Formats: sequence, C-alpha cells, structure tokens
Amino acid sequence: MVAESFENAPPRAAASAKEPIRREGFSLSHLVESGFYWGTAFFAGLVLLITVLIAFQLWRTSLPAIHAFGWKFLTTSTWDPVADVYGAWPFIYGTLMSSFLALLLAVPIGVGTAVFLAELSPKWMRTPLSFMVELLAAVPSVVYGLWGVLVMVPALRPFQSWLSEHFSSIPLFVGAPMGYSMMAGGLILAIMILPFITAISREVIKAVPPTQREAAFGLGATHWEAIKGPILKSARSGIIGAIILGLARALGETMAITMVIGNGNGANISLLAPANTLSSALANQFAEASGQQVSALMYLALVLFGITIVVNAMARFLIWRMARDLGRAA
Amino acid sequence: MTASSHFPSYSEGKTNSVAASPLSSLKIEARELSLFYGKKQALKDINAQIMENSITALIGPSGCGKSTFLRCLNRMNDLIESVKISGTVLLEGQDIYAKNVDVVRLRQRVGMVFQKPNPFPMSIFDNIAYGPRLLGVKNKTDLSNLVENTLQDSALWGEVKDDLKKSALSLSGGQQQRLCIARALAVKPDVVLMDEPCSALDPISTLKIEELMRELRDKYTIVIVTHNMQQAARVSDTTGFFLLGELIEIDASSKIFTDPSDKKTEDYITGRFG
Amino acid sequence: MSNQSQKSITLTPSPSLMMRRKLANTLMFGGASLATFIAVVPLLLVLYYITVRGFSALNANFFLHAQKPPDDVTGGMKHAILGTLMIIGIASCLGLPCGVLGGIYLSEFGKNRFGAAVRFAADVLNGIPSIVIGIFIYAVAILPLKNPHFSAWAGGLALGVMMFPTIMRTTEEILKLVPISLREGALALGDTHWHSILKVVLSTARGGVITGILLAIARISGETAPLLFTALGNSGVNLNPNRPTASLPKAIYDFATNPSDYWHLLAWGGSLVLVAMILVLSIAARYFTANRLGESN
Repeated sequence: MVAESFENAPPRAAASAKEPIRREGFSLSHLVESGFYWGTAFFAGLVLLITVLIAFQLWRTSLPAIHAFGWKFLTTSTWDPVADVYGAWPFIYGTLMSSFLALLLAVPIGVGTAVFLAELSPKWMRTPLSFMVELLAAVPSVVYGLWGVLVMVPALRPFQSWLSEHFSSIPLFVGAPMGYSMMAGGLILAIMILPFITAISREVIKAVPPTQREAAFGLGATHWEAIKGPILKSARSGIIGAIILGLARALGETMAITMVIGNGNGANISLLAPANTLSSALANQFAEASGQQVSALMYLALVLFGITIVVNAMARFLIWRMARDLGRAA
Repeated sequence: MTASSHFPSYSEGKTNSVAASPLSSLKIEARELSLFYGKKQALKDINAQIMENSITALIGPSGCGKSTFLRCLNRMNDLIESVKISGTVLLEGQDIYAKNVDVVRLRQRVGMVFQKPNPFPMSIFDNIAYGPRLLGVKNKTDLSNLVENTLQDSALWGEVKDDLKKSALSLSGGQQQRLCIARALAVKPDVVLMDEPCSALDPISTLKIEELMRELRDKYTIVIVTHNMQQAARVSDTTGFFLLGELIEIDASSKIFTDPSDKKTEDYITGRFG
Repeated sequence: MSNQSQKSITLTPSPSLMMRRKLANTLMFGGASLATFIAVVPLLLVLYYITVRGFSALNANFFLHAQKPPDDVTGGMKHAILGTLMIIGIASCLGLPCGVLGGIYLSEFGKNRFGAAVRFAADVLNGIPSIVIGIFIYAVAILPLKNPHFSAWAGGLALGVMMFPTIMRTTEEILKLVPISLREGALALGDTHWHSILKVVLSTARGGVITGILLAIARISGETAPLLFTALGNSGVNLNPNRPTASLPKAIYDFATNPSDYWHLLAWGGSLVLVAMILVLSIAARYFTANRLGESN
C-alpha cells in the first residue's frame, strides 16, 4: 500500500529540476546590486576627490608666489600689493596671537564655569544655563561680528584710552585706542569659543564616576581638594580635547574677527593696534586682488589650510589616546 | 537544623575571632538613629555600640539599611541631597552630627573602603600619598616611608614594591582593593569602615583581605558590611543583623551564629530567607 | 607588619593647616563663581541685543521690502531672506544626496582601506576654514567659465561642499547603530542586499539621518565667508540662480559695516531671523532623534 502511494506521488525531483538555484548568465538584480555598490562608492570617493582637489588647487595657484618668495614668505612682514612684495608673517602672527589670547581668556573662565556648573550650582540654575548655552551655539559668526562692531568695540574704547593713558610705557598698550584692534579680535574669539569649552568641560567633569568623588571625601578631602585631585585628573584629557577643538575653531574663524580686528597690515605687539589674521586678510583682500596678489593670497590660504590640518590631527590624536587609556583602565 | 550546625567553627570552639576584651572602650555609639530618603524611612531607631579594636560585621538581606547605617558613621550620607537624619552618632563620646563638627577631620579619623575598588587615576604611590599630602606631609622621605609602611600593613608591598610609579589602574581587582585599604590607612584613621569590600573580588583575594582585617584589628576599629554570612562568622567579634531598616540584634558573633536571641535572626542565618 | 618610623610622622593636622585648607576651598569656589559671572555677562549681552534690538527691527517693511538706500527707513531684508532660502535649497539638493549615499557606502561597504581614506578625507574637509572653501569654489566653478560671474549656483555649491562630509559622517554613524539582526532578518527572507539597505536599514535609521541633515543645514545657514566670493550678494530680490544673490549673513555683514544707523537696526533684525531659523532647525533635529532607536537624545 505504501509503495503504491509513493508511485502516485507527484514527481518532486522533476519539479526541482525546473527551478535551479544557481543563476546562469545575466541577471537584472545582480546589475542593480552592483550599480548600488558602485554608486554609493562613487559618492564616498567624491569626498576624497574634493579634498584632494582643494589641496591641489591651493597648491597650484600659489605656486607663483611660492616660487617668488619661498619659505621666507612665512617670516617677512612686507605686504605691498603695489610693489608686489608679499610676506605673510603679520597674518600668521595675527592668527596665532588672536587664538592665543582667546584661549588665555576662555580656558580659565570656561573651566571655572564648568566646575561651578558641575559641582556647585543650585539645581534651579542648571536648566536656564544649559538653555543659554544651546542658544549661543546657534549664533553664527557674522552675528557675533555685528555685536562686536556695534556693542563691544564702542565699549572697549574708553578702556583702551585708559590703558593708553596710564600704561603706554608697556609695549603691549602703545598706540591710538581705536577700538578695532588685536584686543578686540582676541576678545570676540574668546566669547565665541567660551560656551563650547564650558559645555564640553562640564560634560567631562560630570562623567567622572561618583565613586572617585566618594573615595576622596572618604579620605577627608575638602570639596575643592576632591576636585583638584581625582576629578580633574580623570577629566583632564577631555578638557584638553575641548581646548584643542576650541583652538581649531578659533583658527578658522573669519567673519567676526574680520569685523573687529581692524585690517592692519603689520605684526604689532601692541594689543591696541589694528591687525589681521590669515582668514581676515583673505576676506578683506581677495575680492579686489589681481595678478601676483591673488597668488600670494592663495599662499596664505595654503598656510591656513596647513595649520588647521595640524591642529585637527592633534585633536584627533588626543581623542584616540584618551579612548585608549580609558579602555586600558577598564 | 540549628544555627550552630551552620557554623561548625563555633561549635568546635575554634576561635578565629576573639571577643573584644572587656577592657576595650566604646568607640562608636549610635543612639536612636533614624534616616529618611525624602519620605522613605531607611533606618529606624538604630541603637548600637561598637567597641574599640574589634571587628563588627553588619549582615542582613539586600536593601535593609546596613550600608546606609555604615555611611552614617562618617557622614557620607551628607552627600545625598534628600537625606534627613534624626538621633545621633557618638565617636568617643562626641556627637558627630553636632553643629560645628569638622566633617573633613571626621572623615580622616573614620575611613572608608568601598564595594567596588575605586583607585584614583594616578600612580600607586600618589594614590596612597593623596591623603597624607592633604594633611600637610610634604617631605619626600616621610611620604615614601608612609607609603611603604601602609603597603606593608595591607599586605601589598611585596607585589608592588618594584614599581610604585605604575598606574594604580593596572593592578588586578584584588590588588586594587588592597590598595584602597592602604590608601584609607595612610591617613591613620581610628576606625575603618568597609562596605562589602570583597563582593567584587575572587575567593583568593577575599581570603587575603579577611586575613588583613584580622591583622588590622589590633590597631584599628573595623566595621564591615557584608552579605556573606560565612565571612562575618570567620572574621568578626560582634555581628549586627539588619532587617528592613531595623537593627534586630547585635551581639558577640559567637552568640549570633550559634544561638541568636531573635527568631528573625535565626531564620536569616539558617537560610530561611534572604 | 611594620613597626617603627610611623611615630615620627604626625597625621594630626594643625589647626592652621585645617584653616588654610578651608580657606583654599572657599577661595577656589569663589573663583569658580566669579568665572561663571564673568562668562555669563557678555553671553547674556549677546543674546539680549539679538533679541531686543532684533525684535524692534521686525515689522512689515522688514519682510516685504528689499534693500533700499541707507537713509530710507522703509528698507527691508526680503531680498536676503529669499536669497538665503534659495541658496540653502541649492546646497541641500547637492549636499544631501551625496552625503547620504556616501554615508551608506561607508557604513555598509566601507570597512576597507578605501573607506578609511574616505573617512580621513571627510574629517579633513570638515576642518577646512569656510573661507578657503569659498575661494576654492571661486577658482574651480567661476573662473573657468567662459563668462566668469558670481551666482547662487556657486554659493550653493560651496555650502553643499561644506554639508557633504558632515552629512556623510552622521549618516554613517546612525546606520551603524542599526542592529545586525534587522539586516540579517531581511536577507534571510531572501531579500537582495541593496533592497534591504534601502527598505529596512535606512527606514529604521531615518530619524537619525534626518537629524544629521537638519543639523548640517543649521550649521551652513549662518555661514558668510563661503558666499563672499561665490554668490557675492545683491541689493535686490533675485530668484535667478545664475546671478549674484543676496543672503542673510552677507546682508548682515554689509549692513553692519556701514555707518547707517537704520542699516544697523536691519542687521539686528536679520540676526534675529537667522538665529531663530538655526534654533528651529536644531530643535527640529532633536525631535527626530528623540523617538528613534529607543534612544533618548
């Protein structure tokens, strides 16, 4: 009986022979899959292409200036479009000095504020302050510049006059107090990177496990001693990372600083003197430049490009180091 | 199934733990101590006496208040915002919750070791030197001596003496905990509180630390929270049993583990719950 | 156990030491409070001026009129608002697809050396100062033209180039969060790889991807430097992308650096509109992540 039913059973083997699993030859789906892969790969590669193109373009257009001035471009101070003599030092100095001033102000104040927010501030203060930091992050550079021009610089002038009256013996405070100056530039940069440094430092401090705090208190430390020791130690790399990222932002900053730094053309030690940074020089001069000046400006852009790459690489390295140390300790 | 059959070391008369001699004085006393987390009452009218140079173990099921009580003894609960305390704790007769008590100084005298080892992200040397440095010890030789002595006291010296500059985080769990004990000892406290110090450690490290506790007893007063009853039986002179925020019974360990007065204690010890 | 030499070190701190420690504690916290105060003052001032002055500038004229001569108090910023919308539109059309598709490649296929190189390039591109990008676009998209001229196309291109690496990286990160089990589930049902990515992975991660896009748009809408040499600017309403076009940031810049008080007022109004726009985009972006992938922010 069983054998009969088997003979009458539908020929399954034959059915499967009609639907091979292996695909032979051309298949639309395969093509689409391939197209998808190469399509997305193309766009990914586009980023690579653009970046390389930018570097190449900067290089190519600055070649005439590189040939004319070589490395001395970085150290000489004469910038004369009429005579076609160019030296980038005043702008390199401006970029470095303004960023340095910004960090000098923003770091202690930012970290101090972060400590206050993370450890000391009463609960009711926390939400409004976070909201404020949020708002400030939304303010673009040109708006800071507007504020700088209309509010900060006029407020700075009386202070600068006072400095110039009483302290003109110190080379830092020599010159006419115009308001538009290196001091204004450093100040506006500091104000711009302050919320950023504060927010990140605060996050990092809050991330220190409460057990560290408890251990310090358990040993009889005062609140400040607990912060100074284990808490800041644990938070240190994060804070340094925030500082470097703040620096990277300050270096590339253009609009706000162009509007308040005064478009000076020398590398002047005095904080009261007008100055220029690499980016503000580009912003101020590129539109009307022609001939050799264009090439010199491109050389400036190349230098700026180089500086930002180095700083970003440093930040990246630090973040990598921090992650590695945390991983090892765990 | 009596309590004593669970703890044969007592019925055999083997004494790992000698009851504190009648000549030792009262070190810490809690009187009518109650604690509230907001509306919730975590400790109910605790009365306890802890004698000098003894090891007191606090046992009980999870969440019954033993750690909370321990943290009252060095005012670590002050760090939690919603905490309210009534009653008092006396250290050598002085109320530690009085108005002008120097909490910083209190915590130097009553040290603490936590459940999970929490070494600072510094070298072994700096971890131990942290407390003494706070207290003004600056001289390099003094510090080195202090570090070496405390490491020897905590039975860690042999394992780390070759490289004290190594990061404390590179030590094993058991070593880290012994480091934390050394760190606590470095400020020369009178009392050492230990909150489940071995619960995150392997059995061998646990035994080492128990041995350490016995050696420390001569110089310090030790209060340890543990939910390992065998451990409590092994090391302590006095044991207190906590249940639901109340201290049900506190007495010589030999008595608690062989013939407890309260039925709830007996139930817990014989494993009927918890 | 140790014995001697412990006696010689006293660990009972002198009262003066304790006082000094307490004093240091109070001083340092006083310092932190002072720092906070110093930080809050200028930041509050910035926000104050933007909101108060900005609001006072917003009236019908502001939105309905284009730029007029500095002494004409009926002038507005219509040209700049429309220009910004057009340029951002162009930038998004360019940057969005490139970024998302590139991000898909990186997360689904990019675990090779090519992928590593692409990631590195994206990070470099993200870090390049925006003015350099503007100059670059000028050099490759305007100069080589038969008839070199500034245009909204060029401006949108510059901003699109800035959006590209940002969107690519955020898309990649979000896609990587989609659990393997989902992908395998689709494939096990006999789906093709590409289809499963589009239908399953992408739609699961959709919220996060949108967040990344909105944040990128928020970031570039405030940018001025890249537009200086590409879209340039315009004093009138221009909807032809092939001609120089005004934008809010550029108009703010021009008005701020001009002596006219009325133009200063307009600049504040423009700033308020710009900041409000960026804020709305950022908040909207947050909304999209709040409910996705079970994460809260």
